[in-house]
Amino acid sequence: MRSLLTLTVLATLASVGLLACSGGHGREPDPAATTESPGTEPSAAQPARGGTLSVKGSDTMVILAQRWAEGFMASHEGAQIQVSGGGSGTGISALLAGTADVANASRPMNERERTTLSTDRHAEAHETRVALDALAIYVHRDNPVTSLTMEQLASIYRGQVTNWSAVGGPDRPIVLYSRENNSGTYAYFKEHVLANADFAITAQTLPGTAAVINAVSQDVGGIGYGGIGYAQGIRTVPIAGADGTPIEPTLENATSGRYPLSRFLFMYTAGAPSGLAADFLSFVTSEDGQRLVEQAGFYPLPREGAAPAPGAPPATAPAAPVAPGGAEPAAAQPAATEPGATAPTAPSEAAAAPQ
Amino acid sequence: MSTTNESAPRLHVVVADKRVASHAPASRSTRPPLGQGLRTPLSHRVGEFVIHAMALAAVLAIALIFLFIAKEALPILFDTAAQDEIGGLSALVVPRQWPGYDVAQYVWQPVGEIPKLNVVPLFVGTLKVTLLSMLFAVPLAVGAAVYVSQYASKRSRELLKPAIELLASIPSVVLGFFALMILATFVQGLLGTTYRLNVIVASLGLTLAIAPLVFTISEDALSSVPKDLVHAALALGARKHQVVLRVVLPAALPGIAAAVILGLGRAIGETLVVLMASGNAAVVELFDPTTSARTVTATIAAELGEVTQGDPHWRVLFLLGTLLFVVTFVLNRAGALVIDRLHKRLSGGAA
Repeated sequence: MRSLLTLTVLATLASVGLLACSGGHGREPDPAATTESPGTEPSAAQPARGGTLSVKGSDTMVILAQRWAEGFMASHEGAQIQVSGGGSGTGISALLAGTADVANASRPMNERERTTLSTDRHAEAHETRVALDALAIYVHRDNPVTSLTMEQLASIYRGQVTNWSAVGGPDRPIVLYSRENNSGTYAYFKEHVLANADFAITAQTLPGTAAVINAVSQDVGGIGYGGIGYAQGIRTVPIAGADGTPIEPTLENATSGRYPLSRFLFMYTAGAPSGLAADFLSFVTSEDGQRLVEQAGFYPLPREGAAPAPGAPPATAPAAPVAPGGAEPAAAQPAATEPGATAPTAPSEAAAAPQ
Repeated sequence: MSTTNESAPRLHVVVADKRVASHAPASRSTRPPLGQGLRTPLSHRVGEFVIHAMALAAVLAIALIFLFIAKEALPILFDTAAQDEIGGLSALVVPRQWPGYDVAQYVWQPVGEIPKLNVVPLFVGTLKVTLLSMLFAVPLAVGAAVYVSQYASKRSRELLKPAIELLASIPSVVLGFFALMILATFVQGLLGTTYRLNVIVASLGLTLAIAPLVFTISEDALSSVPKDLVHAALALGARKHQVVLRVVLPAALPGIAAAVILGLGRAIGETLVVLMASGNAAVVELFDPTTSARTVTATIAAELGEVTQGDPHWRVLFLLGTLLFVVTFVLNRAGALVIDRLHKRLSGGAA
């Protein structure tokens, strides 16, 4: 049911994509309309504000953002939060074009997008970390493979390994499921698993994590990737660390950084959030908001001050070994050789921590 | 209707038509023709102007849309800096051995250090999906049209025709979803294909979208074959199937051809069904329908939301859009021309 809804939303979005990016998209919530109460400056501190807030972006985050929107609207009368998917890139494009107030992104904004935002909208991108996600590797329930190393995963997705027998499974061709290239999950996977190499040509790109889950759940030879929150009806394969121990994508492993494919989810605004957006973001990062994260199947932000698992860098700080300045250096070390290094990745340009 | 008929009209109605037509120009000098009095009230003239403008707006919109997409696409053909970024203009159509690849390949991987924008896989995908769906849809639709127009009793005709036409009103998202969830499982179970989402599944989904269109136009063409022809053939002792195969079908052939061409245009332009059901892997594999395929339309729909404006990737997507526009436009015109010929032929040959 939900996947039907999501797919429908996605598909509709895809079809209006052409219109949307030409800027001639007659949607009503333009940024000026976010605070409806006339004469009220956005900076004025007001406990409850009406108005409409449009939140758009990452498909991974759609279910999460919907829960937040429901929770927020329940406690803030008169506020309207509109959530839509389309992919991190689509959400960020909408933020740049001013057709969305908040962009959901499962990857940090890149330099080019930040520059466009400051030249087009004269605002700095403001980043808020809203949740922690472990990128799970999905396989069919009947697939007996016990774990995969990062190297195996990379060679599978680069098309160098095409049969499950090469990685300890039955003699069956591997069917690759991937995401469209406007997906933040796609970008993250390409950077952190494939070291920026191309996906195999035979990798099928599906519009949304729900579609990937659905495809893998019905395909005994299938493999897919996506947020842990969606992992239902399929099996997630643990990733084997350097010593060969399988690491499950659990809360502890994601928070401590032992699980190599854990990442932050972000919300971006043009400039520091104000008005309704500020209220919404503070709800999202509040205890109530973070409780909803768990309900949606993602992992809450590590509590400040709470000690992460011993020996691992605190997940709230940018991971130290990631060199600043672009994707290339980060990509050079995608393998799980040092579990801490690739960790919950505070990717390079994501310096702005959530206050 | 029969104004194009130059031979001496035999029917009474036609004679009457001719008389009116030949009288009108002669009487113009003395009295304006009906409805065009000298003193048309201003309000009428304003009204006429407004509906005239509305009609022109459609033409203008098409022209502007074409100009807009072509304007975004053209710089890639002249801008050498943008061409260098994608490895030269030839990289759009010629296989390349990119770094990290063992052999020269047609690669569509637009996101990466070097955007690899070879459009050949996309056209191969479109061609495969379109042709296969036509192969499914045309016999189905034409067969149904022959049955409904020639064999069905009045009652079953009144049930079948609206039912088939209702199929045309199903949104393509729903068809795509149906193909993705149900057809894909069915086809994999039936054929045991490695890839669950493949050209066959997408083509079957697409068939549901285009068959009603082909059916409707073919059925109209078959029904508009003059009954005189049928009766004459029957009177000469022909059997039902002989009448259908040798009289009705040949007479309606241009109409059926138009239906096929319009269906082809729809199949090429259809986006959502293929986006959802074809798997979207940009493989170049001409003859195997069990592999996945990425079509031009699905690529535009999936990627245009993400690209930075003015990027080579953006330009190439618009180039694809321009080509798509031209192809569907030409096909639609061809379809209209063929319909036109049918009308001429029937009104000329039947009388």
